Amino acid sequence: MEIITEILVIGGGSAGSVAAIKAKEAMPDRTVLLLEKANIRRSGAITMGMDGLNNAVMPGHAEPEDYVKEITLANDGIVNQRALLRYAQNSAAMVSELDSWGVKFQKTSTGEFDMKKVHHNGRYVLPMPEGYDLKKILCRKIRRVGVRVENRIMATRLILDAGRIAGAMGFNTRTGEFVIIRAKAVILACGACGRLGLPASGYLYGTYEMPTNAGDGYSMAFHAGAELSNIECFQINPLIKDYNGPACAYVAGPFGGHTVNAQGHRFIQCDYWSGQMMMEFYRELHSGKGPVYLKMNHLADETISEIERIMHTTERPSRGLFHANRGKSYRHDMVEMHISEIGLCSGHSASGVWINENGETTVPGLYAAGDMASIPHNYLLGAFTFGKICAQHAVEYVKTVSEPKIDPAQVEAERDRVLRPLSQPDGYPHHQVEYKLRRMVNDYLQPPKLTTRMEIGLEHFIRAKADLDQMGARNPHDLMRAMEAHFIRDCAEMAARASLNRTESRWGLYHYRVEYPVSDNANWFVHQNLRRTPDGNMEFIKRPVAPYVVPLEKDDRESYSRLRIDESSTITQAV
Amino acid sequence: MPQATQHFDLPVVVDQSKCIEGCRVCVEVCPLDALAINPDTRKAYMARDECWYCTPCQVDCPANAVTVNIPYLLR
Ligand SMILES: Cc1cc2nc3c(=O)[nH]c(=O)nc-3n(C[C@H](O)[C@H](O)[C@H](O)COP(=O)(O)OP(=O)(O)OC[C@H]3O[C@@H](n4cnc5c(N)ncnc54)[C@H](O)[C@@H]3O)c2cc1C
Repeated sequence: MEIITEILVIGGGSAGSVAAIKAKEAMPDRTVLLLEKANIRRSGAITMGMDGLNNAVMPGHAEPEDYVKEITLANDGIVNQRALLRYAQNSAAMVSELDSWGVKFQKTSTGEFDMKKVHHNGRYVLPMPEGYDLKKILCRKIRRVGVRVENRIMATRLILDAGRIAGAMGFNTRTGEFVIIRAKAVILACGACGRLGLPASGYLYGTYEMPTNAGDGYSMAFHAGAELSNIECFQINPLIKDYNGPACAYVAGPFGGHTVNAQGHRFIQCDYWSGQMMMEFYRELHSGKGPVYLKMNHLADETISEIERIMHTTERPSRGLFHANRGKSYRHDMVEMHISEIGLCSGHSASGVWINENGETTVPGLYAAGDMASIPHNYLLGAFTFGKICAQHAVEYVKTVSEPKIDPAQVEAERDRVLRPLSQPDGYPHHQVEYKLRRMVNDYLQPPKLTTRMEIGLEHFIRAKADLDQMGARNPHDLMRAMEAHFIRDCAEMAARASLNRTESRWGLYHYRVEYPVSDNANWFVHQNLRRTPDGNMEFIKRPVAPYVVPLEKDDRESYSRLRIDESSTITQAV
Repeated sequence: MPQATQHFDLPVVVDQSKCIEGCRVCVEVCPLDALAINPDTRKAYMARDECWYCTPCQVDCPANAVTVNIPYLLR
């Protein structure tokens, strides 16, 4: 199958849906194609909606500059503030637009957005207790504006024409048909690399992230020669043990729930997820005071009913069933928590494909948005807002370029690579290869990061290339999983090399190196970008942190580095 | 390669007496494409142990025929 489109959006989750809608609205007489490996009706992290926006910068509650400051601190200073500011200045308009599409946000009795405080300093959380219909609303909009949608097609590689983007290739995961798409601009919105580490349960798909997101976007961008940024800044989250989903302190916090140790004492001042917070969480887990819990059993019965109504209908609704199976209730029991497997995701941390304030990558015509793009702590509203920003820029870009040419050599090479597992059905099955690869990721890359351990891990990931070449698939579905193993391996190699190369510790637990336990601002106050060289190797570039547009005060600087509550206040604050 | 057959406890259960013949809703909404239609009965079943226990198959089923259990390994 061959398709020609003006703009191609890969991934119809949060960022991709909005990117496609906004691009099509801006050029109704041109084709905008939305490609999705699942089905846009229920694809992506918001398959069951979301219980709140984590980072809405709303007038009257916070200024864009406040938000830029907060995220600069939460990300240890390594940010592109212009891009953060662009987000912060556009996020309120995005909320209003979503509101006009029918998304239900929590409002006060006077009709204002009902903002809650979860971050260390500012008030950015906007609850969506009825957020379960998000995908329905986005799909309706996609249909109305006339975006062309192709479901169950997985993109595997991008096509280049003399250094600029020319389209993408992939295959239909039900029929196995190879697909070639020509496009003047491509917006990557493939979500996180959620299948990097193996969850402690050992279940391949029991990940924190939606497991369709296997690092596809990271890998495709890498092979196209785009720069990726701060890959060593892993995503590690505090989650319900075994269930491996959020507990979720952002919902419970405004109602009075909080994180405690086994003695029932609070040990962190704020439940906002950051590397520094995860470090304190990790320390508490491994101290005599672990495990760590989310505590709600001191709350009134009706408050708990309200929390249950939200947590058991949106985001990860099956957590209600999980607790019930074990005979646990928020009324009587605290929720046991643990730390997740590692992943790559700028939505929660900072590892992603490098983009500027327009969503442009370093490859002309290639854009990225959402969890896979480099804007730190961008979350759901960041995915929506940067989806829109990418679309706005891409619509102007395509007017300035001619039709790209499709190079038959690239197409044939990819057709051979992708379809090979079908021609060797007795090759290694995908689940065994993936299990082993991800177990090695756990064994060798999980922080605390040790140099020798990571070097051994890297050897394994390189050796795994041979296993990937010998994978077999007996049907197009298994072929999808086999090709995802390639994405996972690429991400594992990037994660190992990037972690080895940054010889300092930064971002709390996310990049905690045993041999280099402190931050080295003289050498490493930089973005560490990596890219593929023409001969297929990986090279690193230090990108200086651009001068701040929002300066930090001395007092600000300390706020995220002192998250632990000291002993004396523990006693007074303990509930 | 020799084949082994193993028995798995699968998280998604479709009540065959309630499932509507010819309906494909759960198969289409599953992000992981883990469900399939049995060509003989034209009813849905879980064909692959690839589940995020996310529940669209259960919530969108027009016949209330689908139950999502927590996968055994993490239950
Ligand atoms: C459990 C959980 C809870 C969260 N809670 C909150 C919260 O409370 N508040 C908040 O603000 N944020 C929250 N987030 C974060 C937020 O959901 C994400 O940041 C946001 O949805 C990311 O959007 P995205 O478009 O990048 O990825 P997604 O929405 O996941 O979309 C990626 C899409 O790309 C598709 N895809 C992937 N690879 C390919 C390929 N090769 N070819 C074709 N298609 C492909 C996938 O199928 C998917 O549809 C949460 C995330 C998770 C996982």
